[in-house]
Amino acid sequence: MREISASLITETVKELCIDANCHLTGDIKECISNCRKNEPWPQAQEILDRIIENYEIADEKNQSVCQDTGVACVFLKIGQDVHISGDLTEAVNEGVRQGYTEGYLRKSVVRDPLDRVNTGDNTPAMLYTEIVSGDKLEITVAPKGFGSENMSKIAMLRPSDGLEGVKNFVCKTVEEAGPNPCPPIVVGVGIGGTFDKAAYMAKKALLRPVDERNEKPFYAKLEEELLEMINSLGIGPQGFGGRTTALAVNVEYFPTHIAGLPVAVNINCHVTRHKSKTL
Amino acid sequence: MSIAIKTPLSQEDARKLKAGDSCLISGVIYTARDAAHKRLCELVADGKELPLDVKDAIIYFVGPTPAKEGQAIGSAGPTTSYRMDAYSPTLIAEGLTGMIGKGKRGPEVIDAMKKHGAVYFGAIGGCGALLSKCIKKAEVIAYEDLGAEAIRRLEVEDFPVVVIIDSEGNNLYETGKKAYLDSLK
Repeated sequence: MREISASLITETVKELCIDANCHLTGDIKECISNCRKNEPWPQAQEILDRIIENYEIADEKNQSVCQDTGVACVFLKIGQDVHISGDLTEAVNEGVRQGYTEGYLRKSVVRDPLDRVNTGDNTPAMLYTEIVSGDKLEITVAPKGFGSENMSKIAMLRPSDGLEGVKNFVCKTVEEAGPNPCPPIVVGVGIGGTFDKAAYMAKKALLRPVDERNEKPFYAKLEEELLEMINSLGIGPQGFGGRTTALAVNVEYFPTHIAGLPVAVNINCHVTRHKSKTL
Repeated sequence: MSIAIKTPLSQEDARKLKAGDSCLISGVIYTARDAAHKRLCELVADGKELPLDVKDAIIYFVGPTPAKEGQAIGSAGPTTSYRMDAYSPTLIAEGLTGMIGKGKRGPEVIDAMKKHGAVYFGAIGGCGALLSKCIKKAEVIAYEDLGAEAIRRLEVEDFPVVVIIDSEGNNLYETGKKAYLDSLK
């Protein structure tokens, strides 16, 4: 058994909250820059230039890229040979509390979806845990803005809807969202599993670097096809027209029931944020 | 070429703006999101005085991050506007002439804009760090308890926006997409 203290988890979550919100990862920056090179529409080029300028300012000033610093989605991969001394959930929430306060990040969480009183410190985190082999603890913080979250959808398709049904649902979701989720977007898709598993996969798909395709060739091809279909819609950056509607489509799949074909689409904006650290 | 707008924005000047126009706004604008809009509309319904004069005013749909030492404001890009659709027509009827946000608006808002002479501007979503540079001063003037959602009086200089929907109902989201797709034919 390897001991990991709750205070180390708090410290790490805090750092990751600030880092993820202020500094985009290299893959997303490179992708935006490549899309700028390939964008034929002048107005769209101009917007992509501003988007690049924005993340450069954020990098330089150590300032959040976007004012919606999101709910803190925290993913833990806990090695089964790890023992955590202290309360894990409280350790994570304390990290979020400190990160959002010390990092000048916006507090965007309300304590109850209907009475809507702000908790004042962006807690609680949306905490997802997974038990894996080994004696390490991997922590990923992915701040999730709600302009894009609100445009996400799930469908319980019929098996007879098949691949075409999946493609249509993904494209329809993006088309209906139009300018609302701040395109260019990153599209996370979860296919299979159950109602909730599909949504979870769609969210987890957004953690994968945008330049990495699904390991399975069939799904890698589907990702490329979906990206081309979405970028043929004409929505463009900010919805003002253009090619670059999406930066990437990341698909995850899982076995499902003989009667079902769940499909979930979780949308991220161009400020696709996630940072990880292994303890 | 960008059109310079100096606030306040009269209905007459608002009517001159056309969808697709790039504008640089200078002067005073106010921030408000869902929670503040709800309170403002309740005051209007009760016939009470509002904490800001909405006549010829521009409201920016934004909830900024906290300012660091030496900054007027933190990151401050637009939030999605359709959540304000239930409230905007009431404020437009009270004389509001401009809204800054991002994303689609409902027909009830567009009808009110046409009737009273108001425009819907878009700022680039997700560019909060960049846009904050155009905000020179920020002061909470109402609903401090709402935190990021409190109403702020902002002094802006050359704040870059595009007219998305004009007072005749022309919509850049429709015309921009069509122009791009037509260019491919």
